[in-house]
Formats: sequence, C-alpha cells, structure tokens
Amino acid sequence: MNLVTPDLGLLFWMVVIFGIVFFLLAKFGFPIITRMVDERNAKIEKSLKDADEIAARMAAWKQEQAEMMDQTRRQQAAILKEAAEAKARIMADAKAEARAQAEKLVADAKVQIAAEKESALRDVRKEVALLSVQVAEKVLRQELQDEGSQRAYIDRLVDEAAEKPIHS
Amino acid sequence: MKFLTLIWLLLAIPQASAPSSLRGLCPLPSPAASGRPLCRAAWSFDSTSGEGVSPEGASAFLSATEGDTPSQDEEINVPEIIFGHIGDEYEWHITEWKGKPIAIPLPCIVIDNGVKVFTVHHAAENGYTFNENGKLVNAESGRRPLDLSITKNVLSLMMSSLLLLIVILLTARWYKKHNALEEAPTGLAGLMEPLVAMVHNMARENIGEKDYRRYSPYLCMAFLWILFNNFLGILPFFPGGANLTGNIAITLVLALCTFFTVNLTGTRHYYKELFAPDVPGFLKPIMPIIEVFSALMKPVSLTIRLFANMLAGHIMILSMVCIIFIMAKYGPLLSGGMTVVSVLFGVFLDALECLVAFIQAYVFTMLSSIYIGLARQQH
Repeated sequence: MNLVTPDLGLLFWMVVIFGIVFFLLAKFGFPIITRMVDERNAKIEKSLKDADEIAARMAAWKQEQAEMMDQTRRQQAAILKEAAEAKARIMADAKAEARAQAEKLVADAKVQIAAEKESALRDVRKEVALLSVQVAEKVLRQELQDEGSQRAYIDRLVDEAAEKPIHS
Repeated sequence: MKFLTLIWLLLAIPQASAPSSLRGLCPLPSPAASGRPLCRAAWSFDSTSGEGVSPEGASAFLSATEGDTPSQDEEINVPEIIFGHIGDEYEWHITEWKGKPIAIPLPCIVIDNGVKVFTVHHAAENGYTFNENGKLVNAESGRRPLDLSITKNVLSLMMSSLLLLIVILLTARWYKKHNALEEAPTGLAGLMEPLVAMVHNMARENIGEKDYRRYSPYLCMAFLWILFNNFLGILPFFPGGANLTGNIAITLVLALCTFFTVNLTGTRHYYKELFAPDVPGFLKPIMPIIEVFSALMKPVSLTIRLFANMLAGHIMILSMVCIIFIMAKYGPLLSGGMTVVSVLFGVFLDALECLVAFIQAYVFTMLSSIYIGLARQQH
C-alpha cells in the first residue's frame, strides 16, 4: 500500500513549499496579472461600446447630411424655377409695357395729327371762306352795280337756298 | 483511464500471442504462456504492493522462455522499473553509465531523538535500514522515524515550485514594466496570460462577481501548479520525470487546501444547508449526516481523481517502454515489430497524457471553484 499511503515527509514539504509559493504569488504575482487583464478587458469592452456609439453617430450624421443635401438640392431647384418664372414674367411685363407705350404714342400721334389736320382744315376753311367772301364781295360789287341785276341775283340766291341747304 | 487500460490489455494479449506463427523463425514461448504473464504484469500495476505479486508475473513470463532461449543474466523486472519510476527515492537516479548508476545524492533528514542528516549510502552507518517499501526505518526499533528527507519528489516539488514562482513573477514584472492597456503581452507574459485569464474567468463564472477576486489567486495557483507538475512529470529526463501529481500526498494537500478554503470561508447559508437543511421532518436527522459526509467526500474525490489519473498515465507510458525491453530477448523480428508498436503507442500515450495533464489541472480547478461558489451562495 505504498502508493495510496501519503508519505508524511512529502506531506510536510508540500504544505511548506506550496504555502510559501502561494503566499508569494498571491501577493506579488497573480493579482497584478489579473488586475491588468481585468483593466484591459474593461478597456476593450469600453472601446467596443464607444466604437459602436461612434458608428451609430456617424450613421446618423450621414443620414442628416444626406437629408441636408437633398433639401439643398430641392431648394436649388425651387430657386432656379422661381428665377426662370420671374425672368419670364419680367420679360412679358416689359413687352406688354413696351407695347402699351408704343400704342399710346401712336394714339397720341394720331390724335395730334387729327387735331392738327382739323385745325389746318379749319384754317383753310376759314381762309377759303374769307377768300370766297372777299371774292364774292368783289364779284357782287361788280355785278350788282345796277338795281336790276341786284334784284335778279337776290332772287337766284333765294332759289338756290331753297333748292339745297347751305353746307356748313 | 480504465478504458485505456482495457484497450492496452486487449492489445497486449493478441500481440503477445500473435507471433506464434513465427515459431520457426525465432525461439518463442507458447501463445498461452506468453499471453498470460503479460496480462498479469499489467494487472500487477493495480496491486500496489510492488514487490509481492508482480515479480511473479515477470518471472513466470521469463521462466516460460528459459527452455528455448539462451540463458539471460539480467532479468527485466517490469514492476520494479515501473514502481521505481512512479515511486519516491532517496536519490535521483538519472541513468547508468558503464554499469555504474548516475544519481543525484539527496540529503536524508530524519528526526528521531535529534535531527540526523546523511545520504542514502550512509544510512547503515547512522543506524537506519529500509523497510519493504524502501523507506528508512530505525535499524534497532524497526519503526519509521519522522522522515523529512529531501527525496526525489521533494526536490522535484522544490524545482517546479521555484519554476512556477519565477515564471509568474516574471510575468507580473512584464505587467509592471509595460502598459498592458496599450500593448499586447509578448513572450512569457503572452504565454501565461491566457492561462491566468482562463482561471480568472472560471472563478468569476463559478464564484460570482461579488467575491471571486478573493479566490482567484488560489485557483490560479492550483491550476498552474498542477499543470506545471503534470507536464514536468511527462518529461522523461532530469528536471522532470518525478511522479509528483500522481502522488497521493501531493494531491491530498491540494484537495485539503480546497477543502479548507471552502469550509472556512462559507456563508451562513452554506453552514445552514450543511447542518440544518430545509427538508421535511423525517429527513431532518439524516440529511445533516449525508451533507457532512458529502462535504468530506469532496476532497477525497479531488485527491483520488488527480492522483489516479496521473499515476495511470505514467504507468501506461512506462509499460509501453518496458515492452521494448521485454521483447529484446525474442529475436530481431519480434522485438523489432513490437518496438514499432510500442513506440507508436508510446507516442499516442504521450500525446494523450499531455491532454490529460491539462484536463486534470482544469478539472481540479473547475471543481474547486464550483465548491467555493456553492459555499459562497447568499441564499
């Protein structure tokens, strides 16, 4: 029964040596290693969490950026459209105004021309009337030197007047 | 392990009987005679008396060959070889050179009416002789003195403990000198960190977040100490080769460490479960007995598990090696064939033992942490 009987000497030395080594390692060995391992594990865990967070934030940023880009593009399109519309409107307005101006000028010119023509006609008519009166005076003076002819003339005039109305 | 021993036996019997067809080529014992003694040699490892049964097996084996073979001057005493390797010695026998043994002399220290220190060769001068187990006894009274000799196992224990101490302190030094948060450990620290971290995590899982840090150093120590000694035990030459973790005194101390750690630091809840468990009335007188018995059996099972596993591994490897020497007598063909088989099996067993060395260290630590965890339960 040599193998299954614990030997007292070996037992003694085992207790002593194992005890000493355990004391030394429990004080100066394992805690240092395990603390560092724990610290590093904690750091790795934290880093992973941070990385996840950053990735999530980056994704959010990217989405935000994309949204902003989209909005800007929409705004740009809207502004361009508006500008095009404004341009068209302004041009149309300007054209209309120009036409109106031109029409007005033409109308004014026409009125003026008509007025001048009228006044010229009036002048001419007045002149003609004056001339004709003068001519008639002279003719009458010459013709109506005797009484008989005067009377004949008056009669003729009266006839004429009776036949057709005098033109104003 | 039993399973492997069985495989070994199954293989040993046909191998020993198979060469009967080669009878014409070399002198051979009859198949029946050759099968049985090998089998008995294998069984004799289980009977731990060493001297008693086993030489019979070997001599029966050899006597069967006596008629055919030329006479052999030296007989191979397999049990002696094996028990010499797995047992303890008062000197560290390394090898033989030109018929002279080369051994490291170790001091015998006996306390028996005063301390006496001598080497094993001067035992008789100091009034000591050896009993049947090879232990020192007082020549006059025939009783064992208090024997604190630095034996082979004690020297191996010192060296492996020193090695562990140096390795762990160097690893700790690396962490002091480097910022472990910035760089990964290299070299020795890189080798040891996964092991320490593994045990540390095991402690956390089994003991609980609250106080695993208190127990982690002990579990790391137990795991690495067993691992170092298991591997040193597999090493066949000087610094290793001692069968330390296959020695019951060693495993007993380890198991008692766990036992005291568990039972001296248990919670109130643990002791209540132990001595006054919450069970129906008719079980009240029985349960404490069962509980206390199971608490006492835990260290026993820890002791025997590690001891028996490592011992069996050593015996199996040594048996494989011994087959080569046993077979050397039976002509080149048979011994050559058996040598190939033995070497292949030896390689297999060595690889297996490396696995077992790790597993047993792991299992011991794992069970220790579970026992501690049970004793630290709050409710």
